[in-house]
Amino acid sequence: MSLFLIAALPFIGAVFPALLIRAGRNAAASAAGLTTLLAFIGLMLHIPAVFRGETVFAAVDWLPALGLNAHFFLDGLGFLFAAMILGIGLLIILYARYYLSREDPMGQFYSYLLLFQGAMVGIVLSDNILLLLVFWELTSLSSFLLIGYWKHLPEGRQGARMALTVTGSGGLAMIAGMLMLGHIAGSYDLSVILQNKEAIQSSDLYLPALILILLGAFTKSAQFPFHFWLPHAMAAPTPVSAYLHSATMVKAGLFLMARLWPVLAGTPEWFYIVATTGLVTMLIGAVIALFKDDLKALLAFSTVSHLGLITMLLGFGTKIAAVAAVFHIINHATFKAALFMTAGIVDHEAGTRDIKRLGGLRHLMPVTFTIGTVAALSMAGIPPLNGFLSKEMMLEETAHTIWNGSHLIVPALATVAALFSAAYSFRFISHVFLGQKREDYPAHPHDPNTGMWIGPAFLVLLVVLIGLASAKIAGPMVATAAGAVIGGGELPYYSLKLWHGLTPALYMSVAATIGGLTLLALHKPLQRGWNALPRPEAKTIFEALIGALTRISQSVTEGLHNGVLTRYAAIMITFTVAISYFAYLGGTLGAETRQLQEPGALPVVGWFALVVATLFIVAKHRNRLLSLVLIGVVGLVVSMSFNYLSAPDLALTQISVEVVTIILMLLALNFMPKETPVETPALTRFRDGAIAVVAGLGAGGLIYALLMRDFAFPTISDFHLANSYKGGGGTNVVNVILVDFRGYDTFGEIIVLGIAAMVIFALTEAVLNSKVRAYLLNRKPDLPQAGDAHPLMMVVATRVMMPLALMVAAYIFFRGHNLPGGGFIAGLVAAIAIIMQYMASGFAWATERQRYPYHAIIGSGVLIAAATGMGAWFNGKPFLTSDFGYLHWPPLEEFEWATAALFDLGVFLAVVGAVLLALESLSRFAWQPGISSEHAMDINPARDEAAKTGTEG
Amino acid sequence: MELLVASAVGILTAAGVYLILRRRSFPVILGLSLLTYAVNVFLFATGRLVTGAPPILNKYEEVAYTDPLPQALVLTAIVISFGMTAVVVMIALGAYLSSRDDATAMPVEADGAEEEA
Repeated sequence: MSLFLIAALPFIGAVFPALLIRAGRNAAASAAGLTTLLAFIGLMLHIPAVFRGETVFAAVDWLPALGLNAHFFLDGLGFLFAAMILGIGLLIILYARYYLSREDPMGQFYSYLLLFQGAMVGIVLSDNILLLLVFWELTSLSSFLLIGYWKHLPEGRQGARMALTVTGSGGLAMIAGMLMLGHIAGSYDLSVILQNKEAIQSSDLYLPALILILLGAFTKSAQFPFHFWLPHAMAAPTPVSAYLHSATMVKAGLFLMARLWPVLAGTPEWFYIVATTGLVTMLIGAVIALFKDDLKALLAFSTVSHLGLITMLLGFGTKIAAVAAVFHIINHATFKAALFMTAGIVDHEAGTRDIKRLGGLRHLMPVTFTIGTVAALSMAGIPPLNGFLSKEMMLEETAHTIWNGSHLIVPALATVAALFSAAYSFRFISHVFLGQKREDYPAHPHDPNTGMWIGPAFLVLLVVLIGLASAKIAGPMVATAAGAVIGGGELPYYSLKLWHGLTPALYMSVAATIGGLTLLALHKPLQRGWNALPRPEAKTIFEALIGALTRISQSVTEGLHNGVLTRYAAIMITFTVAISYFAYLGGTLGAETRQLQEPGALPVVGWFALVVATLFIVAKHRNRLLSLVLIGVVGLVVSMSFNYLSAPDLALTQISVEVVTIILMLLALNFMPKETPVETPALTRFRDGAIAVVAGLGAGGLIYALLMRDFAFPTISDFHLANSYKGGGGTNVVNVILVDFRGYDTFGEIIVLGIAAMVIFALTEAVLNSKVRAYLLNRKPDLPQAGDAHPLMMVVATRVMMPLALMVAAYIFFRGHNLPGGGFIAGLVAAIAIIMQYMASGFAWATERQRYPYHAIIGSGVLIAAATGMGAWFNGKPFLTSDFGYLHWPPLEEFEWATAALFDLGVFLAVVGAVLLALESLSRFAWQPGISSEHAMDINPARDEAAKTGTEG
Repeated sequence: MELLVASAVGILTAAGVYLILRRRSFPVILGLSLLTYAVNVFLFATGRLVTGAPPILNKYEEVAYTDPLPQALVLTAIVISFGMTAVVVMIALGAYLSSRDDATAMPVEADGAEEEA
């Protein structure tokens, strides 16, 4: 089966449980189980190749420019982990089916579980480290969902948050480390990186990259001082703990260290950081575990300790230690998953997992007792179980390890850790299963149904078989995986067997076992002493840290975003000016290549008008009506300068937009205060003025510098000038650019314009349907109203002008392809012609005569433009390819037809609709009872005449 | 000529920024309009200033044309900025009518920090 499919199957499978849960819990569990089984079988099909020592590849280039490729590969190490993830996953799926109660949303559980499984499989199969990082983060996220699965438990939520914070921030550090690693190796593919040991270890970036990557691995694998999240994650349902926190997620960090072992290991830095951390973690975890009364907490700290053990072995950097590490990874996964499931069974059946309330369960739960005892003995390192074998190998390695010149310190501490490890394992057995049967269990303990114990039983069978016939059963697997870890080459000599003779390791083992039994006997007084000891509480420290960070970010946010929008604007403008200045400092400015042009009298007059009007606006902006009039002057000057500077199209557009904008603002001003109060002290105004002047100097200086120089690169405008007539059939290059060369942009812009109009319409609806409506209806105008709402002269004039204005719009529209004009300008002119009717004859009168809703006009405009564009498809051309030709119908002159004109019609309609919809929406605010007269004209001689003669006018 | 245009852009920008930094929505809208002029003229001017050479092709003789591309960009920018102004005006109006207050700052909470003005 392709590696893609193996990695994808869990993700695909994650969809089913959520969907199938309506068909029952069995359907959901079977769907999850079947997809996992399928992936597992697919993986097993690769056994021959992997055990021959080959590497299976599957590669697709995804984003080669970023070095991010979907490259997967499968070697011994990947195979071992994938098999554990999928195999134990299968057992967990079965176990969870019986563990979860009726109230738990099981579909959700299996979906999360499969998501997590997919992410884990992705990690171990990735060849590309960027891809690996993606999966790495995915495991953090999906484990967050799983740990917090019981959303109603505060411990679950806190534990999930803590796990996400710790592993997520470690993941962030790791991203940086991985990028450095890829940078040194020149490739983000592991298969390349693993070949570059010398380059990586001699690089200056080796140590930073190592530390950052280890941060990721240590947080994930709960190494000291990041170990504290793991016990808190025990608030998760037990199947989650058994899966994530024994066999898979916490092993991801180990996997990564093993994966990168060939290039990172072997240096003193690696040894002292990794081995020391592992040793300390192993010791601390084992000691704390002994004093935990919660079964799962005991197992959690024991997991911390065993992870430390494996980390330490990897840290030794010798090949033989790596073999031991791989072997212990297998063994730990088998006995620890079985133990977690046992703890879950006890909790499930006895109603508590508090060791102090348990004991004597061997009579009531014989099957569970057997499973738990065998697994715990293996954890303690008792022969002939598999835990004994790998622990022996570990102790043997420590005996040969010199730490800072000392031969003794590592083996001594390792023995102490093994001693505590044996002690808590014995305590697990004796305080839960042995002893007197009690009467006060919260529930009636009994063995669970087969579905629940079959999984741990299978694992325990493995524990025994690997112990008895390790070379046959685990030998090939260990050899293949260890071969992959050490990166090819000969494996050192080792033998997986129970009896190695009277080695130092055996003595250490014996000491540990005897010591463990002694500790168990002394447990009561020891526990009292432990409880009396002051200990730093990791959770308190963590929460204080998070609290401090929250306060810092709050104060920063408060300082910058305190709700005063002016401050945001000031910060943004200042920052923009600052970075522009920074860019200016960093660049070089070429010499001026253009001459100043001598301005005539007209430009100087226009400039004076503009400057005076602008300064007056600033000075008089508190008088809102006056500043509106003045802004009209500015708009007029801008429009005239466009005309003067060879841009007739712009001049036409600017002046017509000016008209509608001023009408719009006047409409709004009608409802708003006419004066702006003086609020800011002179100092603030001075500060704002300083910011404004600097920004103005920057903008003016930039454009002046630009205007005095020629283009730095050849312009693409020449193409448009050369092809406008030949390719687009029009002589007005600006219009041809709009409807043809850049038709796609224009199409987007009319859509945006339509959306803006719709937003205005929707806002009007919302405001008018709120309590504002009552205020508007009872509003008293704050300025005296004109006596004549619809003056006769204006009504007559606008009605006479309407057809003329529409004629002008049509003229501008049709000539647009060859002379200044086009859909935009024509649309604005037509809109103004209609707005004039609204203004002169009144809203009611105009609405009555409106045939089509403006929404429909916008929509039809966009649709016509789209249809025109799509027409090109029938010609076998891409979207919006235009066509044109010439017709000659005597006696008319020859004229041109172009599909671009149809497109321009769409633009025209969209502009008309958008402008009218916006203004109509705003005018609806003004409606009050009695405002609209029946008649368009207040005074109408014809009506008076009709009233006299009795006929209707 | 270049000096006139550049200084006009500078003055329009400065006036626009100053008005945007006011505390009421109406001056801010005026400021945005002034800034829009400044930006449009700026963009237009990147095609350099040429008089008497509109980009209307002359079929009969070879003449010089000004750069048409910035013009096409600015033309749509003018229309879009109308749409933007309309939306902002509408939001300002809706906010004023709903709260009877046209200050741009969020209402200060009882224990909120004092703004210096």
